[in-house]
Parts: sequence; C-alpha cells; structure tokens
Amino acid sequence: MAGTSTKKKAPARKRAGSKANGTAAFTPDVPDVQIFRQSGHTHESLGLSPETVLDMYRNMLLQRRFEERAAQMYGRQKIAGFLHLYIGQEAVSTGAVWAIRDTDPIITAYRDHGLALARGMGANEGMAELFGKIDGCSRGKGGSMHFFDVEKHFYGGHGIVGGQIPVGVGMGFASKYKEDGGCSLTFFGDGAINQGAFHEAANLAALYDVPALIIVENNAYAMGTSVERSRGDAQLYKQGYPYGMKTAVIDGMDLFEVYGAFKQIADDARGEADGQTKPYFVEVQTYRYRGHSMSDPQKYRTKEEMEAKKNEDPIVRTRLYVLENDLATDEQLDQIDEDVKAEVMASVEFAEQSPLPDISTMYEDVFVGDVPRVQ
Amino acid sequence: MAELQFREALRAAMTEEMERDENVYLIGEEVAEYDGAYKVSQGMLDQFGPKRIIDTPISESGFAGLSIGAAMMGLRPIVEFMTWNFTFVAFDQIVSNAAKVRYMSGGQASIPIVFRGGNGAAGQLGATHSNSVEALYSNVPGLKIIAPSNPDDAKGLLKSAIRDDNPVLFLESELMFGLRGEVSEAEDYTIPIGEARVAREGDDVTIVAHSKSYWLAMEAADELAKQGVEATVIDPRTIRPYPIDAVIESVKTTNRLVIVDESQPFGGIASEVGFQIQRECFDYLDAPVERVTAEDVPAPYAKNLIEAWMPSVDETIAAVKKTLYM
Ligand SMILES: Cc1ncc(C[n+]2csc(CCOP(=O)(O)OP(=O)(O)O)c2C)c(N)n1
Ligand SMILES: [Mg+2]
Repeated sequence: MAGTSTKKKAPARKRAGSKANGTAAFTPDVPDVQIFRQSGHTHESLGLSPETVLDMYRNMLLQRRFEERAAQMYGRQKIAGFLHLYIGQEAVSTGAVWAIRDTDPIITAYRDHGLALARGMGANEGMAELFGKIDGCSRGKGGSMHFFDVEKHFYGGHGIVGGQIPVGVGMGFASKYKEDGGCSLTFFGDGAINQGAFHEAANLAALYDVPALIIVENNAYAMGTSVERSRGDAQLYKQGYPYGMKTAVIDGMDLFEVYGAFKQIADDARGEADGQTKPYFVEVQTYRYRGHSMSDPQKYRTKEEMEAKKNEDPIVRTRLYVLENDLATDEQLDQIDEDVKAEVMASVEFAEQSPLPDISTMYEDVFVGDVPRVQ
Repeated sequence: MAELQFREALRAAMTEEMERDENVYLIGEEVAEYDGAYKVSQGMLDQFGPKRIIDTPISESGFAGLSIGAAMMGLRPIVEFMTWNFTFVAFDQIVSNAAKVRYMSGGQASIPIVFRGGNGAAGQLGATHSNSVEALYSNVPGLKIIAPSNPDDAKGLLKSAIRDDNPVLFLESELMFGLRGEVSEAEDYTIPIGEARVAREGDDVTIVAHSKSYWLAMEAADELAKQGVEATVIDPRTIRPYPIDAVIESVKTTNRLVIVDESQPFGGIASEVGFQIQRECFDYLDAPVERVTAEDVPAPYAKNLIEAWMPSVDETIAAVKKTLYM
C-alpha cells in the first residue's frame, strides 16, 4: 500500500490529524456542533401551515392517548410482557417524522409505539399487536417491543439495547449505494451509547459517509441509571466527535425545534446542498414521564424533578402555541382530543375483536420460502 | 432449614461468600442502587458498599471482559446479567476469553468467575428476550454450567460456583425468582457441581429435566401416577459437566427416557443426552428416547402462541406415553 493515498475524500469538516503529523503546530480539531434550542421558530418561519401544525398536534396526542389506554389495558392483563411508554417524548417522533421524507427508513429500540404511530401506523394495528392478535402490526409475534411497519418504512422495534444502531446505519448505507437520496434515522436511548455496537456503527457511518442520522434520545435515564451515573463524560453530544461526525443538539420537548432541526440536518445528510452524503450524530434532550416499564418504583428520581419536567410537556406547549397564535380555538382542540380518544377506543375494540393468531402461524415467517423445521 | 425465595437463596449465597472472601465482588446493571432489576441483590449495597457491589452502564461486553481480567489477577467476580439474552453482546468475552485463556496459556492462567442471571422464556417477552442459552454455551469446552430448579440447590450450587476456580455460568429464571422452598442453614452449605438429584423414583420411565422444566416434569409425573405410570424424575442441576451416570443408572432400570428441555431442539441439551443414552444404554432401551423442547422457531409474543411454543405438562405426558406405547 506504500505510496497510495487514502481513498477517503476530504471529510465534511476540517481535521487536525494530517497537520499534526507534519511540521505545523498541532491545533486541536474544532467540533462542529449545532444547537437547536430556543431558536424562536414560529410555524410561519418553518413554513408550516396551521393545518399541518394541527396535524402534528393530533399525532402527538394520538401517541399519548394510545399509551395511556395501553397502560390501562396492561393493568387489565389484556397486554403482557414489557410495555415501555414513550409519554413525554412525543415531540421527538412527530417533529422528526414530519421533517423527513416518507421513504426515509426509521429504526428504533423497544420504546417504539410513538415513532410507529408518527410514521402512520394505525392505532388498530398497534393495539392489536399489544393484545397479541393476528391483526397486529407484527401478526402478534412481536409485541410491544417489536412493532414493525415496513410498508411505511418503519423497521422496528428492537429489544436488545444498541442492537439496532448498526442496522440503521446499514439502511443509510443502502441509500447511498442505490443513490436514492434517502437518509436513515436510527433512534436509541442514552443507555445505548454504552454499547460497543454504537461506537462501531458510528465509526462506519463516518468512514463510509453514510447518509444516516444517529439519534440518541437522551431521556436522562436508562432504567434506574442516570446518564451521570453511566458515563465518564456525561455530555453525550460529544460522542459524534471521535468519529468525525457533524453534531446536532436538539431541545426534544419543543416540537418546532425538533422539526426545524431534522429538516435541516436530514437534507444536509443526504447532501442536498453540497452533493456530499454524511452522517450526523444527534442528541435530542427529552424526558420520560413514566417508569422505565410497567413495574418501576422510580426511586431514582424526585417528585420535584418530575414536576419541573412536566412543565415542559411538549403537548401542552404546542397547545398553548396554537391558542396564542389563533391557529385553533379551545373548542377545536378539545374536539381533536375527543376524536383521538375515540380512535384509540376503537382500536381497543378492534384489538378485542381480532382473533388470536392460529397456532399454524407460529411456524410461518421464520424463513423466506419453505424450510423444514425440527420437530 | 429456612423458607426462602429463590432470589433470597441466591442473595444468601452471594452474601456468605462475600463475607468469607474479600476478593468476591458483584457487578452488573442496576445491582447496587436499584437493588437489582429482579431484587436479587437487594440490600447488598448497604452491607458491602459500592466498592464491592458495582453498578455498570449497559456494557455487557465491557464488564464481562473487565471481570475476566480481574479474575486473572486473583479476584473472584460475580457478574450479573440482567438476563442471559443480553450476554450475546458479551459472547466473545465469555467464549473466546473466559472459556479459552486457561487452555491457550497451557494452564498458566485461571479465571475464577461466575456469570449469572435469568435464562429462558419468561412469559410474553418476544423473540429477543426468550432465549435458553444452555445449548449455546454448553457447546463450548471450558465453561461449567449450572441450572438449578429450587432455592436450596440455588444456594448450595452458587456457593460452590463462587468457590470454583473456573468460569461458571449460573442460569436462573425470572419466573422462578419468587419460588419458595426450604433452604439449608447449615454452616458452609455447598452442593458439589456435577451431581444430579433424583427427585422421585418410579420403575416405568425416567424423565430428566432442569431448571423450570423440572417443575413440568414433576407435574407430569404426578398426573401419570394417577394413571398408573410411575416415573423417576432426575434434576441434573448441572449442565456441564453433565451428570450422565445418574441418567444411565436410572434408564437401566426403567428402560425408557424422556428429556424435557426448554432449549430449541436442534443441537439442544436433549439431543446430547439422547445421544449419550442411546450409546450407553442401547441394550436397555425398550423405546426410542423422546424429548420435549421449545418449538424450532423464534419465541412468539401472542399468549396462545408462546404457550404452544413452550414445553408443557401435556406434551411431557404424551412423550412418556409414547415410550410406553400407551
Ligand atoms: C444489551 C441489553 N442489555 C440490557 C437490556 C435490558 N434493558 C432494557 S432497556 C434498558 C435501559 C435502556 O435505557 P436507554 O437506552 O436510555 O433507553 P430508554 O429506556 O430510556 O428509552 C435495559 C438495561 C437490554 N434490553 N439489552
Ligand atoms: Mg434513556
């Protein structure tokens, strides 16, 4: 290999490494971090019509009501296994999904109901999956942690912490390979930063200039472990630097911040302006209002902390914005809530009515094609 | 004797061994401040402090490997995995390092370590969270594997595991942590690794089953007794080394064997035991060895599917009857 120059073209940002090897003085690299917080966005500045804002509001509310109802059904033992609620994080899913293309693939961890519903999965298919019924989005095979809707470019729903991160980067890799202009979105929790899979995938994404948004939803806790108690350096946004990635830090409790940020970085990742595909490391700062799963005594945080965070409720904030800017009246917003509640109730009814999967379906879907199994 | 939950028996074993040997520490996700994801280590942080009860980030490969290194330096780590499903990200550390360093070094290094946590399906958790790992790990020479079915065995065997100078994989079950049973309070109560327990004696058939499956086997045996069929039930307790002699002994008198094993069928524990028995007991067998296992598909979520997927009492009874041509 002597004499051959590295195949990798100039990176998206200036690197100090090459200089450090020469005679020039060593200058540390300057990280490229964009902060999306208190940007003063309005729906107009973002180019969002009042109807679109109301659609987004409705979608966040759908996620919230869906999960409130799911929690109730869990209590009635209609739903079993683990049930991880996304409540509090809805601005992330809705804001991101509205900002990107419908065909951009999305993949996430087990806290997946919100993103699935944002991506357009019906409440019916979602609820039926939780009930373990044949009309569920994964035919009753996946359950809460393994929602899938491939037609809508929603690729799960993954139960092993960090496991989906390389896969998500691979989806972006395929877009670059096929030159289809796509950009993948890979979501994971703050706890997943501590998995080797994240670090290997991040490096590959940067090395291969993959159009991928590698998104940590920092909701402050991994089960009972705060970010501070799990990181030598708790500032997660720095995790893009070592791999030479552009970085975005987003206020995930603010729908417009999320939307504005994702619009900008997704387009940059696909190389809209410079013709250069690239990955982003994205830290979305959010908060989970409920316990980790359904049985979590939550002794690791104080009531005061939770109350303070509730003041940032993304749904309440959007509602206030809508009212203050006369995008809708109180009555109209109440009507939206009524509609959403009715939709969710109908999904419970749908899930109740849907049959249990036939036992024969257990043997389906293992392989493409017929492959004999061991009896 | 004292009546303890399975989790309390595990805690008692760890506590006694930590009191006995300051080189023993416990490490894993949520083991300290959260008191354990399944409350196995409840109160241990208070007793031993954060130096010895150590919370980790979600870095199984990291803390498994770190503890292997510490073991090579003479410490005796107990590594708790929240469940064995999550050991697949630490597979390399367990398989390439824990199992092989001693051999590759020509016996210079030893790795006295215990890896423990819940194994197998635990209700409707879906495919990623329902793995029975005993077949995978027992394929690897260099690892001892223990899978107890009751609190007393859990305590005695975990103490032996901690004292063992080799890597020991200790397989528990989320569904059994609350199981109560009489546990010996004898001082220094240990149970040797590699010895089966004959739980029930009968002349008609031998059923061998470990961990949760043991309870299926016992239920099936009770039901069969009502129908006039007397079964011997053997709990091997240890998967590696497997106490095959106890099974051979029994099959020589009953001439029939059914293995209940929640692993998947291809290359599972049942396959291995079945092979050894046909070789060692060929002349004694009056019927082909039967097995009851999980289905040869990933674990489904839906209630009716996962119930059909799991080995069951009914399937066990049917398998026994098949060996009896009933
Ligand atoms: C490899 C692995 N280890 C452990 C677990 C058990 N577990 C499930 S969720 C979780 C916490 C994850 O926290 P985070 O990544 O912050 O996501 P959040 O739950 O906050 O959305 C743990 C430890 C797992 N599923 N996979
Ligand atoms: Mg988290």
